[in-house]
Amino acid sequence: MTASGFDVTSASDVFFEEEHKMLRDQVRRFVEEEIKPHADQWEADGATPRELLRKMGALGFFGIRYPEAYGGSAMDERATVVLSEELGRSTYAGVAITALVHTDMASVHLFNAGNDAQKAKYMPGIVSGEIITAVGVTEPDAGSDVKGIRTTARREGDHYVLNGTKTFITNGVLADVYCIAAKTGGDGPASKAVTMFIIEKGMEGFTVSRALDKHGWRSSDTAELSFVDVRVPAENVLGEEGRGFYEIMKNFQNERLVLGAMAMGEAQAAIELTVAYVRDRKAFGAPLWEKQAIRQRLAMLSSRVEAARQMIYATAVRVARGEQLVREVSMIKALCGELVNEVMYACVQFHGGMGFMRESTIERMSRDARVQAIGGGATEVMLEEVAKRM
Amino acid sequence: MKILVPVKRVIDYNVKVRVKADGTGVDLANVKMSMNPFDEIAVEEAIRLREAGKAEEIIVVSVGPQQAQETLRTGLAMGADRGILVKTDATTEPLAVAKILKKVVEEEQPGLVILGKQAIDDDCNQTGQMLAALLGWSQGTFASKVDLGEGTVDVTREVDGGLQTVKLKLPAIVTTDLRLNEPRYASLPNIMKAKKKPIDEKSPEDYGVDVAPRLEVLKTVEPPARQAGVKVADVAELVAKLKNEAGVL
Ligand SMILES: Cc1cc2nc3c(=O)[nH]c(=O)nc-3n(C[C@H](O)[C@H](O)[C@H](O)COP(=O)(O)OP(=O)(O)OC[C@H]3O[C@@H](n4cnc5c(N)ncnc54)[C@H](O)[C@@H]3O)c2cc1C
Ligand SMILES: Cc1cc2nc3c(=O)[nH]c(=O)nc-3n(C[C@H](O)[C@H](O)[C@H](O)COP(=O)(O)OP(=O)(O)OC[C@H]3O[C@@H](n4cnc5c(N)ncnc54)[C@H](O)[C@@H]3O)c2cc1C
Repeated sequence: MTASGFDVTSASDVFFEEEHKMLRDQVRRFVEEEIKPHADQWEADGATPRELLRKMGALGFFGIRYPEAYGGSAMDERATVVLSEELGRSTYAGVAITALVHTDMASVHLFNAGNDAQKAKYMPGIVSGEIITAVGVTEPDAGSDVKGIRTTARREGDHYVLNGTKTFITNGVLADVYCIAAKTGGDGPASKAVTMFIIEKGMEGFTVSRALDKHGWRSSDTAELSFVDVRVPAENVLGEEGRGFYEIMKNFQNERLVLGAMAMGEAQAAIELTVAYVRDRKAFGAPLWEKQAIRQRLAMLSSRVEAARQMIYATAVRVARGEQLVREVSMIKALCGELVNEVMYACVQFHGGMGFMRESTIERMSRDARVQAIGGGATEVMLEEVAKRM
Repeated sequence: MKILVPVKRVIDYNVKVRVKADGTGVDLANVKMSMNPFDEIAVEEAIRLREAGKAEEIIVVSVGPQQAQETLRTGLAMGADRGILVKTDATTEPLAVAKILKKVVEEEQPGLVILGKQAIDDDCNQTGQMLAALLGWSQGTFASKVDLGEGTVDVTREVDGGLQTVKLKLPAIVTTDLRLNEPRYASLPNIMKAKKKPIDEKSPEDYGVDVAPRLEVLKTVEPPARQAGVKVADVAELVAKLKNEAGVL
């Protein structure tokens, strides 16, 4: 039972059409029936199973913005926001990120920069869920500072030879196809030296060196990847040589909107289950909900989450119309990454000792939320993007 | 053969319903609405019959406010072919709905009407039966199995004593029970396709039916909160309590 019933904004005609509401209903049902009953096991396993991803593919969740020719539904950013928010609401952010990295952070590189042959080869499988994708930009010595990557790709005839290490790569173990950033530009300006490559699992010299043990997102696999003299055919270059940095920056916009929406889905779910908990839990002769100190704090957090959601919705509508909104998207990522953590802190607090126990949902959610202020553009880096535009 | 499936827009089954402070009804503001779950089962059954080659066209019809169009659209996304919205803001009572459906049936000439056994908002459990009476058709209510033959349909019904199978002559009315099937998801490509499927808009006046409520709600109250139970030490104590306190033995 959702204590709050439903909320007006996510059904609002100001932002959404009938099909978005229907998509929301379908994802919500999928979360209830296919994710929640099983995901504790996936948390223990350290990965979300293929079987689930194929089911999501079959329902069209992986082809939201891709053309019908590839099995997609050619919808816009609003639909992506719906998917992200509802998966975030599942309370299993690890499952959510497994899907969302595939749809909105990795495969977008292939779709946006790929040529017709590359897209024909991979997109149908990406949409159906047969092919799972990962994106590798971050390295042990370069995270926020993308230009600092050290992986190199040296041209040799009709091949490139790739060497380097990637780390913190979501779906790193699970994926079939990887979009990997490497330096091709020698000593030229760093912004013109990065190129994206399609790397398939099984290419000689490419190995998953280890699966990483994480604080949260435990049902998402995260890996370190190693490239030793990997011979990559030149036809696997994504887009133009030397344009990789710009592609990465462009795709970050979508990624950050998605992460913001996912975080607000997490925050809503946390507030809802905490309201239910404190309505039920009695101390000093009455439900904790009767304490103004508690309910007013939850009411304020709920107000801030609502404000953030409406900003996400409005931004999605505008991005869908073709506006470039680096400032707003950076604001969203900074705001939501921090807000979701404030929400989790308060929600754990109001669960009392139970909030500290592994058996409570809120304990897992608070661990999952932490990375929202770090991954996909850390808060400080996002705030620099905002400050530059003030 | 055509199959007609009436669908109702109701409060979502997940929502914890709250009574309005003034007792005039339940609070519908900002509450999530969905297709009545028994109607989803009806739509699913119709689609399965079409997939089995036993029906050609599925028409979903809803009597309700403009937003009931979303409910119809859900039926279309699941696989129905077209929709009819009979628009009214009045509280819909079973008899009025059954009268409208009778007119729709006369226009569309379906071989089978599949309805939910009841709607989870008012739990009336009347519309299907009333429609059967108005049309003079056979009815198989609370179906847990529907087996469509040549000119007949075998309906397995969930009754108090177990299961009962009735053979009905077509055209007929079937109402669905929970265990008939598990409704499918509407895939995203099908949601997009549903946008292009036609929905006819009608009004009760088009069918000459007066939908004004015949019933007046005097008061709505929360059900009494359940009292906490008591633990008994053994069977002897239980029997003693049943005898002396409850007075049922
Ligand atoms: C679970 C998880 C999954 C991930 N998945 C992927 C993936 O699939 N693919 C991928 O490529 N990467 C992935 N990442 C990497 C992620 O994008 C980086 O962790 C993130 O960009 C931060 O980089 P970093 O870890 O190197 O931190 P650093 O860049 O070393 O930053 C450390 C701290 O310094 C701050 N800082 C950095 N620069 C500045 C500045 N200019 N001003 C002020 N403060 C600054 C940061 O905000 C941060 O707080 C993942 C990370 C995690 C944790
Ligand atoms: C790891 C761990 C070890 C522990 N070890 C022990 C131990 O060894 N022995 C032992 O006896 N106990 C132990 N405890 C229990 C601990 O003391 C309680 O968890 C703590 O007192 C809070 O009580 P609670 O969990 O019942 O939360 P609740 O009392 O249910 O409180 C929930 C929330 O409501 C707030 N709240 C409560 N009353 C009010 C009010 N009047 N106004 C506003 N807000 C209010 C609280 O601050 C809290 O945020 C332990 C707990 C943990 C987590």
